[in-house]
Amino acid sequence: MSAPIDPGEAPLLSVERLTRFYGERLGCRDVSFDLYPGEVLAVVGESGSGKTTLLNCLAARMKLSSGAVRYRMRDGEMRDLAALGEAERRFLMRTDWGFVHQNPADGLRMNVSAGANVGERLMAIGERNYGEIRGSAHDWLSRVEVPTDRIDDSPRAFSGGMRQRLQIARNLVTAPRLVFMDEPTGGLDVSVQARLLDLIRALVAELRMAALVVTHDLAVARLLSHRIMVMKEGRVVEEGLTDRVLDDPQRPYTQLLVSSILQV
Amino acid sequence: MSTAQEKPETPYNFAYLDEQTKRMIRRAILKAVAIPGYQVPFASREMPMPYGWGTGGVQVTASLIGPDDVLKVIDQGADDTTNAVSIRSFFAKVAGVKTTTHTKEASLIQTRHRVPEMPLSENQILVYQVPIPEPLRFLEPRETETRLMHALEEYGLMHVKLYEDIARHGHIATTYAYPVKVEGRYVMDPSPIPKFDNPKLTNSPALQLFGAGREKRIYALPPYTRVESLDFEDHPFRVQEFSEPCGLCGASGVYLDEVILDDHGGRMFVCSDTDHCEGRREAGHRGHLAGAMGAPGAEAAE
Amino acid sequence: MQPRLAVSGLSKSFTMHLRGGIHIPVLSEASFEVYPGECVALGGPSGAGKSSILKMVYGNYAADAGSIVIARKEGGPVDIAIADPRMVLSIRRSDLGYVSQFLRVVPRVAARDLVAEPLVERGAGREEALDKADALLHRLNLPERLWHLPPATFSGGEQQRVNIARGFIAGHPLLLLDEPTASLDAANRDVVISLIAEGKAAGTSFLGIFHDAPTRGRVAEREVDVTAFSPKAAA
Repeated sequence: MSAPIDPGEAPLLSVERLTRFYGERLGCRDVSFDLYPGEVLAVVGESGSGKTTLLNCLAARMKLSSGAVRYRMRDGEMRDLAALGEAERRFLMRTDWGFVHQNPADGLRMNVSAGANVGERLMAIGERNYGEIRGSAHDWLSRVEVPTDRIDDSPRAFSGGMRQRLQIARNLVTAPRLVFMDEPTGGLDVSVQARLLDLIRALVAELRMAALVVTHDLAVARLLSHRIMVMKEGRVVEEGLTDRVLDDPQRPYTQLLVSSILQV
Repeated sequence: MSTAQEKPETPYNFAYLDEQTKRMIRRAILKAVAIPGYQVPFASREMPMPYGWGTGGVQVTASLIGPDDVLKVIDQGADDTTNAVSIRSFFAKVAGVKTTTHTKEASLIQTRHRVPEMPLSENQILVYQVPIPEPLRFLEPRETETRLMHALEEYGLMHVKLYEDIARHGHIATTYAYPVKVEGRYVMDPSPIPKFDNPKLTNSPALQLFGAGREKRIYALPPYTRVESLDFEDHPFRVQEFSEPCGLCGASGVYLDEVILDDHGGRMFVCSDTDHCEGRREAGHRGHLAGAMGAPGAEAAE
Repeated sequence: MQPRLAVSGLSKSFTMHLRGGIHIPVLSEASFEVYPGECVALGGPSGAGKSSILKMVYGNYAADAGSIVIARKEGGPVDIAIADPRMVLSIRRSDLGYVSQFLRVVPRVAARDLVAEPLVERGAGREEALDKADALLHRLNLPERLWHLPPATFSGGEQQRVNIARGFIAGHPLLLLDEPTASLDAANRDVVISLIAEGKAAGTSFLGIFHDAPTRGRVAEREVDVTAFSPKAAA
């Protein structure tokens, strides 16, 4: 993809032997990786492979059973997420991080206008100038290709693709350094998907964000990501450069996944 | 506010509530005073009146009132509406206390939807009846989440509401229950008082207590607490302005009610605070319609 | 002179786990070098492993054994066979280009933006990159009305010209060419041949597969016979 990557840079997110059990049942186990600024990592696998558990643990929405997730704060310090206070964690989540849900209704406030949805994060970090907030909302709506004359409409009146683009704008308005995406194009028509993928691809490159994209769709992974991590039954079975993993899969499960893609 | 126990003349305990309940409520009040603007849960009791009639305020009043207190009760500024009269007579009966309609004479004032025009003193307590204590409620319905938001000072959502107002109406259209920030910390719903009254909350010499019976919450503004109305830099908080003075007493700079006089569009504006209006008229002030209504208080207030 | 690319002891096999784990050796102990300013052709019949070599050099296929050392413009030489993904991406950005037979289309991106992209990634200004993209597309005779369209609906030859322009625009010191002229007419083939000649003159190294013998003869200094690395020969 197109985000420039500097091999000498320190990681933004560092994950060490992340393990999560649900009682006796395994969610995911011994997942380790580093994510660098501007890098897009795709986590692929079928439902039940542990990719959503991993995402929730990384985004500090779920506690780890063992292992550690460290994040480089804006001051450059690597901090263990588990050691952050709830207030710090939430501040991080609404400024430095984004989370794009598969279902836009989970990530939007459906009872306030599109403009307020985009402006909320700005207001949450203390922006108190209505004109500037509205200006940012306007700017972001046009960047995600939502007609700006719909700034005062409720997202309920938006199509699925438009809601998803609004959710992305709402997340990116504070220029986060790390964005988590859970099946960002799931549930959308194919034509709408292509447009959205293209948009995400361009924004990620332009803003030089790191992104972790969970998807079961290998085409999405190919288009968006630099690197792929293939998960099965809670473990990482293969990882590497996206085109290498997809064009020359080594593990039996990866070969099965790749060979199961429908060709058109 | 002594709790001296005299043999009650009624079958009720003094001020209706039993002593344990009053103690429980006082503890909640103390905690509320200690953390200005924070909603303290309390075990709200059934009262002999429906929810929505001020059960929260009545419980706060009942746990504070002593035999020497003088009680005033107002509803939308008026002393003589059903709600105000009923609560006043309730306490006259169950606590045998003196009641008054004069703000100046009262040591304890229970109010619904107004702050008296006359500045209060350090010897007075103002008890607000609160229907919905949670200012974030209509933006975030989950109570678990709103509590966390208060705990973490996540108040962006309040401004979302004001943003929506401006986007829709061109200005902040919220005119009552206008959210405030207390001592730079908790965002608080000042109960459905007109935003006109918001400036009276800040730095008030009187203790202000808020009781929500159905929602089982008590919160407080201790005397001389800093209370700021939320706003935007380019849309600053502003109180309502009235185009004419009170038709009865000629007062301006007070909150006025619009009274429809006939079926032909005739109307007048009169003080919402009936005691304030009467006091002014007794002092000789006259509005331009003072002659139009004989005994204006009763009709004007509703 | 230091080779720009030094392949040594490179082996590749495929294990088809879905077909009972059968093991297909493709390449064994391949070794060769490519120097600055030369074009080396990989020769041999279909299935000899020519494409696999190109893909391994590009980091697109994993190598079983051996090394693929690329001299970088900045920084020391790197062995692609064991480099981590971020290093591979970095080298692709600055040192290593690839013109594949088929264009992998990105939805909704116009041809000229697609062509300009590698140059923008290397830090060029957008306007400058687009100007250069237009010049290349013009030179490759792609009708101007197509420049602003996504290439998904283009013909094979049109897509290939977009691909060639995209490969040549950034001026990578090492460019891999997989049948760059396969679906081109004679005129456009000549354009590609002169692009390669200009590249060599500027010091660019090329490693390519050219099925068309006359073309191969016109561009390549040397031919590496891949059959020499066939697993049977090695056995």
